Amino acid sequence: MLRFLLRKEFKQIFRNKTLLPMIFAMPIIQLFILPLAADYEMKDISVAIIDHDHSVYSQKLTSKIAASGYFNITAYPKSFNDAFEFIENDKVDLILEIPLNFEQELIVVKGQKLFIAVNAINGVKASLGVAYLNRIIADFNTNVRLQCIHPERFNIVPTIRVTSSNWFNPVMNYRYFMVPGILVLLISLVATYMCALNTIREKEMGTIEQINVTPIKRTLFILGKLIPFWVIGLLVFSFGLFIVARFIYGIVPVGSIILLFGYLSVYLIAMLGLGLLISTYCETQQQVMFITFFFMMVFILMSGIFTSIESMPAWAYIIAKCSPVTYFIDVIRMVILKGSGLGDIQYHFLMMLGFAILFNLWAILNYKKTM
Amino acid sequence: MAIISVENISKKYTDIQALDNVSFQVNEGELYGMIGADGAGKTSLFRILTTLMLADKGKAKVNGWDVVKDYKKIRNSIGYMPGRFSLYQDLTVEENLHFFATLFNISVKKNYDLIQDIYIHIEPFKTRLAGKLSGGMKQKLALCCALIHRPSVLFLDEPTTGVDVVSRKEFWEMLCKLKKQGITILVSTPYMDEATLCDRITLIQSGKILSIDTPQGIIKHYPDSMYGLKSSNMNMLIYDMQKAENIKSCFAFGEYLHLSFQNDNEAARDELRNYLTEQGHQNIELKQIMPNIEDCFIKLMEK
Repeated sequence: MLRFLLRKEFKQIFRNKTLLPMIFAMPIIQLFILPLAADYEMKDISVAIIDHDHSVYSQKLTSKIAASGYFNITAYPKSFNDAFEFIENDKVDLILEIPLNFEQELIVVKGQKLFIAVNAINGVKASLGVAYLNRIIADFNTNVRLQCIHPERFNIVPTIRVTSSNWFNPVMNYRYFMVPGILVLLISLVATYMCALNTIREKEMGTIEQINVTPIKRTLFILGKLIPFWVIGLLVFSFGLFIVARFIYGIVPVGSIILLFGYLSVYLIAMLGLGLLISTYCETQQQVMFITFFFMMVFILMSGIFTSIESMPAWAYIIAKCSPVTYFIDVIRMVILKGSGLGDIQYHFLMMLGFAILFNLWAILNYKKTM
Repeated sequence: MAIISVENISKKYTDIQALDNVSFQVNEGELYGMIGADGAGKTSLFRILTTLMLADKGKAKVNGWDVVKDYKKIRNSIGYMPGRFSLYQDLTVEENLHFFATLFNISVKKNYDLIQDIYIHIEPFKTRLAGKLSGGMKQKLALCCALIHRPSVLFLDEPTTGVDVVSRKEFWEMLCKLKKQGITILVSTPYMDEATLCDRITLIQSGKILSIDTPQGIIKHYPDSMYGLKSSNMNMLIYDMQKAENIKSCFAFGEYLHLSFQNDNEAARDELRNYLTEQGHQNIELKQIMPNIEDCFIKLMEK
């Protein structure tokens, strides 16, 4: 019996000439594009430098900033008011003001102040820009001190030298970190939306009525809905991991592939169950789209893919922990980058099993009640 | 023996009483019609009898099985064709038929003799997607799918709504054939002319049953004599009849006006003829006719 249900579902999926290419094209195209959008390295920060001094030192500082590779010096305004206009017009992200007698006072008075103003609309860009600029100025300062002060005297000051080493991602390539996460998001979207929309279609077309007057069992009918998209989910994931991630980004999982797919299988059942659950509460495709969108937005943004969930406030941390996406993002990073084994992710495994059982059971119960 | 028995069924949606204390019985092998305007409660009743919906009050049995307790047994033995076409539009004619056969765990071949007469009309299009069929073809396919497991009772909810006249006629011929095979059929329709083709009919209005009888019985119980009236200027005739005296009811009906008098005698008829001649009507024709189901329905609704 299930065989016939599955045959019917696959026939319908393969006959849909818009949906089928999208199921496969969407994750691949997005996997190409999205990691670029999640790039935390800032380049091309526009700076305006107000140089009241026009000395050798101010020239040196300016060229050092220009040579750093992070900044574009877009303007040399005469006054702060002129410079501020650039910020207002969004032409400039940062203003550096070098005061009059900068060089003279630096050498004679042994100290001088610089002023940095930053356009903080884009918080990430602002804080990173200031941090980069401070590094450059600090570096410049050291050079100046080296030139002015006798080396022996300078060395007397004890300093701490910090060397760090990046475990599991030695060159700090953000792509190793982001690509697996984005793959999880895409799989979640495909699974939840496809399952919810397919089921609601039966409702909208009235075919579910025709099915309901037959003696076919509910669980069997639901299985017929879950299995095709479970298979498609596995295929899309394999394609993303073995083709796109490996050949475009050079990501080779350190951990066990079997473990990863084992976890994926349970994860897909949970997300398909969520899609099914949503569809049992809806009447039209519009409702399904909107409600699924709501849940996926919360799940994705709270999942820890962009920001660490540990640094969220306690209540937000609880919400993040209620999202199945959070666990899989964690697991995929642990297994692919760190090579974690079953023992390391058993808590994640139990949680996901819980989600899978909860969503599907709830969906079946509600299906019985509402149909 | 009653194949379908409905006892005091009531169903209320949030603010509409869809069914109000409805009771009736359908005997084995009957072609039974539910006649009523849109929103009369026909579909609600069908959904209760096909175990898709629960009634608020009352009892209903199909094949002697209770619609609540024995819903599984009922589902095995009935065929249901909803008012809206609800087969898979993205599957072909053939695929739909085979799919619904497999849901009942049987093969199309086994019961092909039952649907043969109907299927033969759509067989040339068997590889066409169901969504691409014409309205009449869709109805035939839906009937095939509802029959493929050889049900003992067939529920047809407005099967001919939105179907052309020729297909409607064909469809009713098929129903008469199925009746001969011993299948009990409950059919609903808003078309009064189809009512005369049923063995017995129920007139239903706003969830209440107005009358249950054979079509002939209902016509026979029409209390007044009915006259057909015609003249060369029909538009003016309708207008003038509104001002005529001694008229109980008057409706436009095809090429005649159907009317009945308050005080029916020879003098009244002559008076009407004279009145109309005065108004300038020519070729006046006034004759006694048999009332039809629609006249009866309008009459019953007025009460």
